[in-house]
Amino acid sequence: MINTKVLKGTLAALLTVPFIWLCWLVWLDLMQPGLGLGADPGEAVIHHLGEWALRILLVAFSVSPLRRLFMRFDVTRATLGFMFARSRRMVGLFAYFYVSLHLLAYITFFLEFSGAALLEDFVERSYITAGIVAFFALTLMAATSTRGWQRRLRSNWAILHRLVYAAVALGLVHLWWLTRDGFFELVVYTLWFVVLLGERIAAKAAPTERAG
Amino acid sequence: MLIKTNRSKLLRGDDIPGSEITPEQAYINRRKFLGRSATIASGAALGLTSAGAYAGLQPDDDITPESIVTSYNNFYEFGTGKSDPVQYAHELTTDPWTVKVSGEAKKTGEFAFEDIVKGITPEERIYRFRCVEAWSMVVPWDGLPLKAVLEQFEPTGDAKYVEFKTLVRPDEMRGQRGFFSNIDWPYVEGLRMDEAYHPLSIMVVGIYGKDLPNQNGAPWRLIVPWKYGFKSVKSIVSIRFTKRQPRNTWQLLAPHEYGFFANVNPEVAHPRWSQASERRLPSSLFNPNRRPTLPFNGYADEVASLYDGMDLARYY
Repeated sequence: MINTKVLKGTLAALLTVPFIWLCWLVWLDLMQPGLGLGADPGEAVIHHLGEWALRILLVAFSVSPLRRLFMRFDVTRATLGFMFARSRRMVGLFAYFYVSLHLLAYITFFLEFSGAALLEDFVERSYITAGIVAFFALTLMAATSTRGWQRRLRSNWAILHRLVYAAVALGLVHLWWLTRDGFFELVVYTLWFVVLLGERIAAKAAPTERAG
Repeated sequence: MLIKTNRSKLLRGDDIPGSEITPEQAYINRRKFLGRSATIASGAALGLTSAGAYAGLQPDDDITPESIVTSYNNFYEFGTGKSDPVQYAHELTTDPWTVKVSGEAKKTGEFAFEDIVKGITPEERIYRFRCVEAWSMVVPWDGLPLKAVLEQFEPTGDAKYVEFKTLVRPDEMRGQRGFFSNIDWPYVEGLRMDEAYHPLSIMVVGIYGKDLPNQNGAPWRLIVPWKYGFKSVKSIVSIRFTKRQPRNTWQLLAPHEYGFFANVNPEVAHPRWSQASERRLPSSLFNPNRRPTLPFNGYADEVASLYDGMDLARYY
């Protein structure tokens, strides 16, 4: 019998895998340079974290539509769908964890903690601007993700958390702007986002589906 | 495999007994030492002499390990990932290899690769290699002076530029089969004739004293050390002499980011990142090995005069 705890536990374990995998690669690389992360390890770490941040953010963004999809079917699935929706915050916080490490890795390995370099990148490179704005949007969401804030903000909470649309869109723009060629994954991510966006608009339009 | 044998002979001689062949590490150390000495004696006449091989090398320019140079490559014909070329380039057949020569020259037509290179002795040149993506390496190339290669075709007075093209063979170059690529193959690059005739410009046929691996652009590729790496077109099958400036691939893809000249210039930022510094490979996590980028990649003394009076911020 699946219950919420087992589901959440499994999900949490899965979402930790990319991080553990990265730790393993870093350890290999520290043992023998080039072994785990290749010739340009700083870049490899930044890209690994950024890639997973975007993927997990898209997963978090998919939770509500997936729940609605499950609810269309019978009661057992509706239960599953309900439990899945309760994991949304956790998935979102995992995404924020990867986004934060991605930013930290960029500041550490590319900027070497230079504030001036960060400012220059923020002002002059649009993809950095997009990425950092997305990070601030997610920070607001993560900070107000607790029950307490949900209660305090009342109906404004849902409005504030619509920032997720901006965050995902900016994350995609960030990647589009820094990609030179080879757009396969980007096209998949973007299509995914557009399809889910369409589902939300459709769900909004149909009064019986307002729950999400 | 007749051609491969010829090339090996050309490069290192099959008649040398194994006992006389210097172990690779000793060879690298010796080259490092020579490189440093050459720097001390800087101002040595540039030319096709041994001193020219180390022109512009800085005292701290250690040769990048061969394993990195042959496994970290931008060669989009095999995929956009840095490790795609080493993984997939073995699928390419480089023998036989034909080169088409056309345009403003007296001797044009199709030539077998080995016929073009056979009369020219490869020279070892240790150059810094600076990618537009802000990483760099130091590589011992075995190259033929480009001038010697091109003069065989007797370009006419109308030849103001020379254009190079990479092979198009989707069957063996999986990056060319990709649906999600904007590149209109073949990959095209070009030089002004005075750039091509500069003694530092070479056609590379080997690295680290060995045949050029496929992922590095076998059987031959261009190297122009004062320009960003994307100018150094690989696996060349076409040489065309033209009156007008060729339109190179990256310029066509993103004209505000990549120009025709692509001279290494720390003062002109790429729209998406700074070019003021570079990560010298191998870079490690907590020692990124970052160093300032030099004008013309450190070859300003040799090549800056080619661009006298030119606004380098405009002609990037």
